[in-house]
Amino acid sequence: MAKTNPPSRREFLKKSAAAGGALFIGFHLPSGVGKALAAVKQPQAFAPNAFIRVGADDVVTILCNKSEMGQGVYTALPMIAADEMDADWSRVRVEAAPATPAYFHTTFGIQVTGGSTSVSTSYEQLRKAGATARALLIAAAAETWKVDPTSCRAERGHVIHDGTGRRLSFGQLASRAATLTPPSDVTLKNPKDFTLIGRPIRRLDSRAKVTGQAQFGIDVKVPGMLTAVIARPPVFGGTATRVNADNAKAIPGVKQVVQIDTGIAVLAEGFWPAKLGRDALEIVWDHGPLAALDTETQGKVYAELGKLEGSAAAVAVARGDIVSGFAKADTKLNAVYELPYLAHATMEPLNCVAHVKPESVEIWTGTQMQTTDQAAAAQIAGVKPEQVVIHTMFLGGGFGRRANPAADFVKEAVKVSKAAGLPVKVVWTREDDMRGGYYRPRTYNVIRAGLDARGMPVAWQHRIVGQSIIKGTPFEPVLMKAELDLTQVEGSADMHYEVPNFLVDYKIAPGGVPVLWWRSVGHSFTAFVKECFLDECAAVAKQDPVAYRRLLLLNHPRVRGVMDLAAEKGGWGRLLPPGYGMGVAVHESFGSLVAQVAEVSVTKAGEVTVHRVVCAVDCGPVVNPDTVRAQMESGIVFGLSAALYGEITFKDGRVQQSNFHDYPILRMDAMPKIEVFIVDSTAPMGGVGEPGTPPIAPAVANAIFAATGKRIRKLPIDPNDIKSA
Amino acid sequence: MISLKVNGKTHRVDASPDTPLLWVLRDNLGLTGTKYGCGIAQCGACTVHVDGEPTRACVTNLANAAGKNITTIEGLSKSGEHPVQRAWIEMDVVQCGYCQSGQIMAAAALLERHPHPSDAQISEAMSGILCRCGTYQRIRQAIKQAAGVKEA
Repeated sequence: MAKTNPPSRREFLKKSAAAGGALFIGFHLPSGVGKALAAVKQPQAFAPNAFIRVGADDVVTILCNKSEMGQGVYTALPMIAADEMDADWSRVRVEAAPATPAYFHTTFGIQVTGGSTSVSTSYEQLRKAGATARALLIAAAAETWKVDPTSCRAERGHVIHDGTGRRLSFGQLASRAATLTPPSDVTLKNPKDFTLIGRPIRRLDSRAKVTGQAQFGIDVKVPGMLTAVIARPPVFGGTATRVNADNAKAIPGVKQVVQIDTGIAVLAEGFWPAKLGRDALEIVWDHGPLAALDTETQGKVYAELGKLEGSAAAVAVARGDIVSGFAKADTKLNAVYELPYLAHATMEPLNCVAHVKPESVEIWTGTQMQTTDQAAAAQIAGVKPEQVVIHTMFLGGGFGRRANPAADFVKEAVKVSKAAGLPVKVVWTREDDMRGGYYRPRTYNVIRAGLDARGMPVAWQHRIVGQSIIKGTPFEPVLMKAELDLTQVEGSADMHYEVPNFLVDYKIAPGGVPVLWWRSVGHSFTAFVKECFLDECAAVAKQDPVAYRRLLLLNHPRVRGVMDLAAEKGGWGRLLPPGYGMGVAVHESFGSLVAQVAEVSVTKAGEVTVHRVVCAVDCGPVVNPDTVRAQMESGIVFGLSAALYGEITFKDGRVQQSNFHDYPILRMDAMPKIEVFIVDSTAPMGGVGEPGTPPIAPAVANAIFAATGKRIRKLPIDPNDIKSA
Repeated sequence: MISLKVNGKTHRVDASPDTPLLWVLRDNLGLTGTKYGCGIAQCGACTVHVDGEPTRACVTNLANAAGKNITTIEGLSKSGEHPVQRAWIEMDVVQCGYCQSGQIMAAAALLERHPHPSDAQISEAMSGILCRCGTYQRIRQAIKQAAGVKEA
């Protein structure tokens, strides 16, 4: 990359640093920016900044600093840069950015894909990157033609001089553009001139994914590599006290057995002998403190922590006076809502290829959090973080599991490679993945409301009991306030319904089970509790659920608008056959508002069928409407799987589920018809990867109530709770 | 050495006869388009055609696959021009993409058997293939598009 332009790169980095709030501090930040450029595969004539490369062949390559896990960033982010650049979309390619500070998240200050923030926090950055490239290409053309740059314009990968009709392609201009100093300031397009942003552009990664060519982490093969399958403690926190690997080593293809602190790895030529070898290990385990962990017993501990009287909790928000509020209420309701641990169950089981060398580490994996992985690998290998090269592969699903500040799946592979002295691909079996933890925390929710004579809530209290996903992680300074885990009260503490006397508090439950963010994080359960319980209030008040919500949202026209749209498109209030019901839920998360109306039927045996889901979303200005629709569909199915089937339970310290037969996810034959409507909105840009998930469980539960008169207060939905026969 | 015919080409495979076809394809032949998802025929990510029949490669061993015509996603078409692949691109079906080789192989086999499948036939043929990203609605639409069936 000798042809790169140092001033432009420095300028760009300065700008991105200024734009970044560096919210997450405390990580050791690698400084090897040069690697960013070294990683680009073909020689590129023009590299105006960290994100854009133009080849002499007219191909424009966008380096994407967000991981593609299905959510469509490999299309949406290139669209933003290419639009400002006036690139020819048919010549635009996308490539994973390397892991270096040039690619840090503009808000979070590390390289990470999460929080439904990729588009909103890259928008200005990539527009500026594109506009800078366009300005330089125009300047290069003007210099070539010896004309005033203002008499030239860019269009579909060319610069055109209107006065003479001359035109040169970006590729033809690339080497000259590379010699120019970028402007200190660039003018961004007027949104009315966008040619890509706002349009349903097809995905850039489709062809690779329909032909089997897309390379996921599990597909990586490097010379001299062995595949490892690891025996991990059957109980979280356990350790191996005795290992006999004789039988494992006798299996043809098995090459090595190495012990690391978290398990015993069997290395072989390929997955199958490695798995047979792993299964043949004889290990005596010390199960540690969680040897007796049991879901039922744990539930009793949680219930004790949920007692409102005489137990202090961390207050998330307190408004008015909760005691007098309840004292004045005409009617009081209370309920307990329980939600289970959930596995992410990405279709691609966890895996990581690591190669520890004397002065560096090379890693190939699908990760959502490169910077923390890099730091963890560096520490294990005894190198500097900038000596850890990460190749971000396609992710066969992420949903938060591949954004682990504990870097579990990366650390293991690095340890095994270090111990074995060669490149290693660690592959988790489905069972390993299902039982490997980092679950959505189980929660116990105590909720009560006091209604006035008209049935409107005047007091509202919600106590959340569950494990903290933040405590003990580097995110603690930002995402915890003393004993309050902010991610576990989101969606409840900031609910839109206005109640004068209001209290939300939180109690950390005893730990030990590895927990993590799971698509929509705290909203994955707070929306269920809030929207179901509000429905309970509406029923007690003898009011229609939509009309009741409207009264409580008088000062929130945007929330009302999205709910009204879903209600209208869903035919709210329409007469339904016996056994059918319609339910609504509306929830804000990650800067976007989503309302869903679900139509269900329930048989006498309590079997639920979700027939149709109408979804309205207000996520502010939209880069790719088809991505928004796809993410709503995806979020709904993800939430529906959890509502209908999802549950990780423990007995004798062991996870009871193992594979898709006992941890089912929604199949084609249970798929409802989904209709998505996008609000034309000028509100600040929100996210779309997660916000589709929170409203579906409450919308379905409320529809079941409409169909049967029975309340769902525990997930997954148990047909025994709603059967009428 | 066991002889295995994949995508029209015969390979000599050095693996134990009880090795699942999935791992022979992926690790011995480098055909990584066929995916591992569950290992117990629960998810369908490993679906390939064995003598034209959609088959779970994770529970089919090498000995049973020998002597048959095996087609993987890499052999479905030269460069993605099978009608199912074209429809998949047209409808923007894929998200993470990990399950899609299996989905496409199952859909292609369905259309061989039922060129104009009903909704019930689509559900029956496709319900064995899990998609965690929830692309089922688009999969159904794309199958209909590939079949030239108008969406109701």
